[in-house]
Amino acid sequence: MLPKAKLWLSLTSAATILFSTQIQAAWELNMPRGVTQISRDTYDLHMQILWWCVAIGVVVFGVMLWSIINHRKSKGAVSAAFHESTKVEILWTVVPFAILIIMAIPATRVLTEAYDSSESEIDIQVTGYQWRWEYRYLRQNNDEEEVSFYSILSTPREQIDNQLPKDETYLLDVDNPLVIPINTKVRFLVTSNDVIHAWWVPDFAVKRDAIPGFINETWTIVEEPGIYRGQCTELCGIEHGFMPVVVHAVEREEYDAWYAAKQEEARVAREMTNNVVTLSESLEAGEQVYNTTCIACHQPNGAGLPPAFPALAGSSVVNGDLEANINLLINGVPGTAMAAFGRQLTPVQLAAVVTYIRNSFGNATGDLVQPAEVNTLIQAAQ
Amino acid sequence: MSALHDDHHHGPAKGLTRWFYTTNHKDIGSLYLWFSFAMFLLGGTFAMVIRAELFQPGLQLVEPNFFNQMTTMHGLVMVFGAIMPAFVGLANWLIPMMIGAPDMALPRMNNWSFWILPFAFAMLTATLFMDAGAPNFGWTFYAPLSTTYAPDTVTFFIFAVHLMGASSIMGSINIIATVLNMRAPGMTLMKMPLFVWTWLITAYLLIAVMPVLAGVVTMMLFDIHFGTSFFNAAGGGDPVLFQHVFWFFGHPEVYIMILPAFGVVSAIIPTFARKRLFGYDSMVYATASIAFLSFIVWAHHMFTVGMPIAGELFFMYATMLIAVPTGVKVFNWVATMFRGSMTFETPMLFAIAFVVLFTMGGFTGLMLAITPADFQYHDTYFVVAHFHYVLVPGAVFSIMAATYYWLPKWTGHMYDERLGKLHFWLSFIGVNVLFFPQHFLGLAGMPRRIPDYALQFADFNWISSIGGFLFGASQLILLVVVIKCVKGGKKATAQVWEGAQGLEWTLDSPAPYHTFTTPPDPKLIHAQ
Repeated sequence: MLPKAKLWLSLTSAATILFSTQIQAAWELNMPRGVTQISRDTYDLHMQILWWCVAIGVVVFGVMLWSIINHRKSKGAVSAAFHESTKVEILWTVVPFAILIIMAIPATRVLTEAYDSSESEIDIQVTGYQWRWEYRYLRQNNDEEEVSFYSILSTPREQIDNQLPKDETYLLDVDNPLVIPINTKVRFLVTSNDVIHAWWVPDFAVKRDAIPGFINETWTIVEEPGIYRGQCTELCGIEHGFMPVVVHAVEREEYDAWYAAKQEEARVAREMTNNVVTLSESLEAGEQVYNTTCIACHQPNGAGLPPAFPALAGSSVVNGDLEANINLLINGVPGTAMAAFGRQLTPVQLAAVVTYIRNSFGNATGDLVQPAEVNTLIQAAQ
Repeated sequence: MSALHDDHHHGPAKGLTRWFYTTNHKDIGSLYLWFSFAMFLLGGTFAMVIRAELFQPGLQLVEPNFFNQMTTMHGLVMVFGAIMPAFVGLANWLIPMMIGAPDMALPRMNNWSFWILPFAFAMLTATLFMDAGAPNFGWTFYAPLSTTYAPDTVTFFIFAVHLMGASSIMGSINIIATVLNMRAPGMTLMKMPLFVWTWLITAYLLIAVMPVLAGVVTMMLFDIHFGTSFFNAAGGGDPVLFQHVFWFFGHPEVYIMILPAFGVVSAIIPTFARKRLFGYDSMVYATASIAFLSFIVWAHHMFTVGMPIAGELFFMYATMLIAVPTGVKVFNWVATMFRGSMTFETPMLFAIAFVVLFTMGGFTGLMLAITPADFQYHDTYFVVAHFHYVLVPGAVFSIMAATYYWLPKWTGHMYDERLGKLHFWLSFIGVNVLFFPQHFLGLAGMPRRIPDYALQFADFNWISSIGGFLFGASQLILLVVVIKCVKGGKKATAQVWEGAQGLEWTLDSPAPYHTFTTPPDPKLIHAQ
């Protein structure tokens, strides 16, 4: 009795664990209709071609099933002798061809529309990096501060490693989402800094490859405010599954206020480059940068994943010449996964993270790097 | 005089060297088939790792880097190691017997083209045990992820691909030479079984595109080791060029894996419907049309790279056109079954499942051709579902159908029909539970090649994994059936199947080691 009860208990608890994640999950079967004219047109095309396929399938599989049921030897069916008919062959060549023409017309119309990225009000450069997106709002005039920021997965590592329960937006949340106004034509200039990525928001029906050395154009006019989520859709290396796209579409006034605040932030950051930081400030800020930018390859304990990703703990670079160390972060190491962070991180962030790695994981150089020093090296590198 | 007599009737050599030195098309066919089954299990093991990791959200079993190695190796091993060699094995066994030839035209090259393969795959698989790990850039190995950012083992991968390509080119030269030169008197081209026709066309496709693959991996090799910049934008190169060259190989490659399957199904359905194949001529023309179209649709894999609109439209229209000859084939098979006198032995079950499920893969292919819709489908699980429907219940089911159909001719014994049917039904259920939900995942927005996913994808992934384990495990039944059948069983007659037509069924079962050393009686050759 008791062992049996125990078995049932463990079975039910196993089932509870299995189904607990599924309570939050949706049984979504179809493509979203989305919130743009193009996405609705695309959805309609998708449904139209789907119904044609269903109709053809019903006829073809229907005849087949009927034959399987009725023309079987066990029912005494005797096979007929016919084996060709030019008329029938012509018929089933012409009819599918006609269906294809019926489909090609609306498809051509929607594609032509999707390709018309002229007369945009806002232009945003979207750059893929291993493994984050950078959004840079192109300035209307040179007096404006440039608004540009990185958008990085904000789902905590512990959730991915199953140590914490997963949020509803698991793997689909970023620190800084892209913000765009609704009812405004926004053009995206999509490119990449390293390998090929692809920028996709299903609700906009916008997917475009981000290719190093090339700039691809695409656009959207979002009609409803909301938070829209997508993901990188081109295999781009280890963390390919961990670089989501999040877009906040807001009312125009809200966007203008946000953009103004971002400009102010950019001005402050530029000025902060000249501020002097203390060791404790720098270590704290540096740890944050490390945990979002470096940790995937160099690991939480700085041990790396040799040989592809060298250890920082006890590294001759990290414990060696300071300037060489900073330059390595600015310029990257060509031919390896180590990217050039000179443009990806601000001088403040770079200074902090160099201070952090040179004083962590058992490294004890005691160096404190100031943003201004890094800035000088960045200028020299350009 | 007696020496000459012996030459004509000697059997296989004894011992292991028989398999190393053999130039006999039947031996080499068996080697190819066993090798491809071994690769099928290896590639299947990789797939099981993928499905186990995707069973639940979160990372449980493997690191993302190893996951990427698994998806890459799964694709490479299945395409180049399982499906292609299986069809070459079938071609070796069957083409000489079907056209009344004593052997393949180039028997020594035949031996070599097989024996390259184990070394190529040993080299590829060995990368799993190297420090840098196996290739992790997907079986499509897009630059610059596969060049500037690749692990060091990419060089082994490049040489392995070169070897596989050399093997395929030699195999196809052999098939073309055999079919064009060694047909028995009376075996005109338009009397050839469709399996021979589809393989002849496939062999031309292989000769046309395998050198292109060799070219693209050589360009990679130069970029990686010799400082060129074919695919490196920073050096003036073009990463998109890689994709154009790769898919100029890759799209015909897709048809290389499906045309021989059309031939197999066109042999099996008439046999078990006890009725001549409907529209033989149109089948030949449709196969040739598909082969031609396969060269002008490659960029439909690249709709999102930002081609000019004229390019997008051209590739959309050309891709939609493929539906026409493919439709003709499906309609012909259904018309063959219509008013037949059908029985449903295991080969027929697999062939019918092929027609239904391959057609479903064809439907999603048509959907993918619609460029604006493709923007939504591209690189999601919808694409994964699409090409697995054409490759697994498509190509793989046809190989299994062929195995059951000709196994009695090869071994001289009937296989265990009960186990065969069990294998079929478990595979049929498994494959649909595995791949059908992936359509939903893709439409709901799950990208392919990710080791972890958002919570709304949890249900269908869980179901898909269960289907995967079921499908994977049931393939062991095939192994049992084949071994049992090799060892013994009910003696097979020469005819084997009541409705079977063609020269191979005029031979004893098992087929003697040497067959048609003198051409068959032309009266035995009928129109198909």
